Amino acid sequence: MNQFLRTTVAGAALALGLGLGLPAFAQDAPKAGGAITITYKDDVATLDPAIGYDWQNWSMIKSLFDALMDYEPGTTNLKPDLAESYEISPDGKVFTFKLRDGVKFHNGRAMTAEDVKYTLDRVTNPETQSPGAGFFGSIAGYEDMASGKVKSLSGVTVPDPKTVRIELSRPDATFLHVMALNFAHIVPKEEVEKYGADFGKHPVGTGAFKLAEWTLGQRLVFEKNADYWNKGVPFLDQITFEIGQEPIVALLRLQKGEVDIPGDGIPPAKFQEVMKDPEQKARVVEGGQLHTGYITMNVKMAPFDDVKVRQAVNMAINKDRIVQIINGRAVPANQPLPPSMPGYVKNLEGYKYDPEAAKKLLAEAGHADGFETELFVMNTDPQPRIAQAIQQDLAAIGIKASIRSLAQANVIEAGGMENGAAMIWSGGMGWIADFPDPSNFYGPILGCAGAVQGGWNWSWYCNEALDKRAAEADAIVDPAKAEERFAAWGAIYSDIMKDAPWVPVFNEQRFTMKSARMVGADNLFVDPVHIPINYDFVSVNDVQ
Amino acid sequence: MALYLLRRLVQAALILLGVSVITFALLYLLPADPVRQIAGRSATVQTVENIRRQLGLDQPFLVQYGRYLLNLLQGDLGRSYLQRSEVAELIVARLPATLLLMAAGILCELVIGIAMGLWAAVRRGTPTDRALMVSSFVGVSAPQFVVGLLLLYVFGVRLGWLPISGYGTAAHLVLPALTLGLLGAGWYARMVRSSMIDVLRQDYIRTARAKGLKGSTVLFRHALPNAILPIVAMIGIDIGIFMSGVVVVESVFGWPGIGQLAWQAIQRVDIPIIMGVTLVSALAIVLGNLLADLIAPFIDPRIKLR
Repeated sequence: MNQFLRTTVAGAALALGLGLGLPAFAQDAPKAGGAITITYKDDVATLDPAIGYDWQNWSMIKSLFDALMDYEPGTTNLKPDLAESYEISPDGKVFTFKLRDGVKFHNGRAMTAEDVKYTLDRVTNPETQSPGAGFFGSIAGYEDMASGKVKSLSGVTVPDPKTVRIELSRPDATFLHVMALNFAHIVPKEEVEKYGADFGKHPVGTGAFKLAEWTLGQRLVFEKNADYWNKGVPFLDQITFEIGQEPIVALLRLQKGEVDIPGDGIPPAKFQEVMKDPEQKARVVEGGQLHTGYITMNVKMAPFDDVKVRQAVNMAINKDRIVQIINGRAVPANQPLPPSMPGYVKNLEGYKYDPEAAKKLLAEAGHADGFETELFVMNTDPQPRIAQAIQQDLAAIGIKASIRSLAQANVIEAGGMENGAAMIWSGGMGWIADFPDPSNFYGPILGCAGAVQGGWNWSWYCNEALDKRAAEADAIVDPAKAEERFAAWGAIYSDIMKDAPWVPVFNEQRFTMKSARMVGADNLFVDPVHIPINYDFVSVNDVQ
Repeated sequence: MALYLLRRLVQAALILLGVSVITFALLYLLPADPVRQIAGRSATVQTVENIRRQLGLDQPFLVQYGRYLLNLLQGDLGRSYLQRSEVAELIVARLPATLLLMAAGILCELVIGIAMGLWAAVRRGTPTDRALMVSSFVGVSAPQFVVGLLLLYVFGVRLGWLPISGYGTAAHLVLPALTLGLLGAGWYARMVRSSMIDVLRQDYIRTARAKGLKGSTVLFRHALPNAILPIVAMIGIDIGIFMSGVVVVESVFGWPGIGQLAWQAIQRVDIPIIMGVTLVSALAIVLGNLLADLIAPFIDPRIKLR
């Protein structure tokens, strides 16, 4: 009774807080100053924007460097950043960016259009070994760069120090997103040449913070860039990243007030305990994520070459139960795109959970007695438990799936081989969008381009008609026609689901826990682009 | 002596060469492709192949190993695939933490082990003796991650006497050093006990007692120095056992040493780091054994180097 009362009162208070408190909160001008501490378990890899490509260094790089384009804080809305404005030619193939005045690198030198050209030449140069080089494939001259024939992109020119002109070999509606990627963050040539391969340990950018200290294996300290072009930003004077701390330890230290953000999130084992405690729950911010977890069925391997079998599997999976296994930290999915992605089809019916109908469909396909198959899964919790749930669902319609639980790299390896894996549960390796555009869920994981040896299209689904429609959708560059383009993408994903190469299972939610003294609009703490939080715009309330 | 040293050093070099071949071959045979880890999921096939070529991972095994060995002989351990920094730099940055932890661990095991062994020998045959020997047995057999988590929970979380994890102060050192030391302490307790019992039977001990010396003087001045002789040689061998222990202990306590570095590298298939840490550990073990053998004759003149 007591417990009930407490929870109810706290729940009401929380509802009040959400309804009334927060908007008032947001109206308070953030105070400048103060320092926060963020913990991580693993070492920070490189801070070189051309190379860094994990979720830990992704937002760190965003705070040290800037790109021509960016997103409004806490949203997926594109806006010019180091560019002041841009123009797109009517055929969608020439982008002209006008650069902002007064932008300086941390070494004091003013940034010019030559730096933009240098950055793009560097990231596409094979010697840089950038994982993101392929994103720039639509720039004219990319092929010559990639093959090592030339050292400069012919499509990128500098008419004057404040202007960059980029010519594409094909219209590309996603190009402004590409120019907001970390790989397109501007680097100064002299510093890159000075440090060579160690530039990632000595990052020099134009960003809101600069690197003050990096003690290998222990800590990184970011310090406010007083010369930042965007006056008033950032609010914090200093951010300390402490490395080598288990998530569970980070949570204990957060409770003691020693840590402001546990960077690796709330450990699954403690999730329910935290969410049951109103005081702690109030400091957890929940948000959507551009993520989908799915089961792939290899359309080149019998019996999954039969669309009826794939549809039957889609009806057999009890997604609500799987969401329960991960303590409700996700929402069930019925299509490849996550709900917060433009192009998501809200009224798509999808395949409802219906084991009886699934059995019937399986019988129609000539497998009334079921069949045997293999389900590959990554071997870290909770993935094997989810695989067991899938295994039981499949058994209910007569499919005997044996679970192959392997290290992540081995599952990826098997998926990239044509006859490597009949079924894969993508958990722990599921797709998180590189940028908030529907095309980003197609090419590598559902298009023909990814259905190759070593690719990520693990269902080996290749529909050339859809590939053509995808190319047509991405040729709609005019921002005024964006809605038309999103609708075209929505239709593509709906048609993919008719062929059912995947069982879309769930879209993970994000939960960021913060200390009581951290303030800022909720969406800054679950920023879709800056993970875990948007370092530039959050602040603390205990400074004068 | 010089000849002995030379022979041992040649042996050491051969052992290290063997370790490098075996580790390199095992990592080469791993079914996971390191290039895929480096390139990430959005990389095009062209990008993946480019990175493979740049890193020389498209070459046959012998060429790859030959290149590695050639660089190694020049003191170059290569660059981390994912961090892109010099492996030597990463190891050097973390080595002091590991050495500190090992030194503290050795101190722990010696102090605890000798104290337990001594006490048990003096109280031979009593319930105290039996209790001490049972607990030494538990210390030897308990997995270190269990011991570590148990200590962490009791002293860090429940009692709050010591920091849960981290690095920097002496208080941070206590729990990891204790966890590391408890394993060896069990061995030492048993060895000290039996060697103490031997020594206490000797004539000169009886003589000392007969002179009317105090019990504690006999025990600490006359018996103990002779009883601990054989365990000095053990410390060198301990370094090998400790090297495997630090991987576990450093991960449990968030200790920023090379064990934690190795653990992370294994998870991300960062081959140059795995190779580097393995070789450095092997070097430490080989040198530790050599040092123990060299010191032995100074402590016990009956031992001759041949």
